[in-house]
Amino acid sequence: MKTISLQRNRRKRISQTRAQRVGGKSARRNPSILNLGRKAPNFSLNSTPDQKVSLKDFRGQPVILAFYPADWSPVCTDQLSLYAMVMPEFKKFNAELIAISVDNIWSHLAFAKDRKLNFPVLADFEPKGEVSRKYGAFKEKIGESARALFVIDGEGIVRWSHLSPDGVNPGAEGILTALDQLAKPNA
Amino acid sequence: MATTTATRHSRRTSKTLLEPTGKELETYEAPKLVIPVDPGRDHIQGDPKAILTLVEYGDYQCPFCGAAYPEVKKVQKELGSKLRFVFRNFPLTNVHEFAQVAAETAEAANVQGKFWEMHDFLYEHQRTLGDNSVALGYAKKIGLDTQKFEREISQHVYQKRIKEDFMGGVRSGVNGTPTFYANGVRHDGPAEAEAIIESLRAKS
Repeated sequence: MKTISLQRNRRKRISQTRAQRVGGKSARRNPSILNLGRKAPNFSLNSTPDQKVSLKDFRGQPVILAFYPADWSPVCTDQLSLYAMVMPEFKKFNAELIAISVDNIWSHLAFAKDRKLNFPVLADFEPKGEVSRKYGAFKEKIGESARALFVIDGEGIVRWSHLSPDGVNPGAEGILTALDQLAKPNA
Repeated sequence: MATTTATRHSRRTSKTLLEPTGKELETYEAPKLVIPVDPGRDHIQGDPKAILTLVEYGDYQCPFCGAAYPEVKKVQKELGSKLRFVFRNFPLTNVHEFAQVAAETAEAANVQGKFWEMHDFLYEHQRTLGDNSVALGYAKKIGLDTQKFEREISQHVYQKRIKEDFMGGVRSGVNGTPTFYANGVRHDGPAEAEAIIESLRAKS
């Protein structure tokens, strides 16, 4: 079912150059998620029952924001396990990764431990989805965050964003390309 | 399934709220393999000049790769000499504790000309991966220099190569295991023979 629909849509896709997709001059305009060049809204969410993480804590370094639908997706390796493996590469750019979903903090703690996640996983739990909404990354009908990625520069400006189709794990390639461009803006 | 839902809602676009618009799919382009197949380095099964190329990024401990293993065999049987199959390492060591050693085991067999024998053996004996003596016994059986074989594994001689495979995969958009590329384009469908063959023929 999924494959058929994906392929059908792929055939009618609008041809789009790679430069556009990764946020070149004529950056991709997504109809819904926060666009490039916009100030990333600050937030402060719990990473543990008594600790909060704020976006502004990371001013001066690139931040990767990964909104995702839910903890415990029933696959061998999900998007976040992959990011835990790629973390040393993100660190080469001095980048921090922050993952956000609407699951509560206890679920996050168990999930992060199980998948050996080495970055903060924040609970957009109360009011539910408030931060996801600010980034245009909340699906009202389903009540979950979308699978949306943002790369924010040291000044707090969104430099790259990507919304994945449902059921497609975006991997890390787009993030790394965006970080490359941040590091070498004229390359 | 989820994708179908997205398509169904495609006309109800809202300006303020994010609903599946279907636009994600119209503009969706599967990632491309950025590390070209290199006969000097890659493990290739089949005619190196075959017109169709299937590349797998795999992890020997991953049950989904284990399930895909016979599917790849079916694809190879069906397409015969038209296909070359390439295997690259993508061990997810944070979730699979034996994946790295298994990858090093296959690489150690490779230098002695028995990569595919060991590759197949590991997938056919996934449950024994924690016990190194099983692969060692097989190495002996197929006539490998077991001293060299064991030494290279314990000294992690192939760690760098495996890491290179892994990072090349990440740059090509590998998002889990197994990830297949049909003629250089990521195959997002199921890891089943029929779907893989369809992708290979569509993108040839």
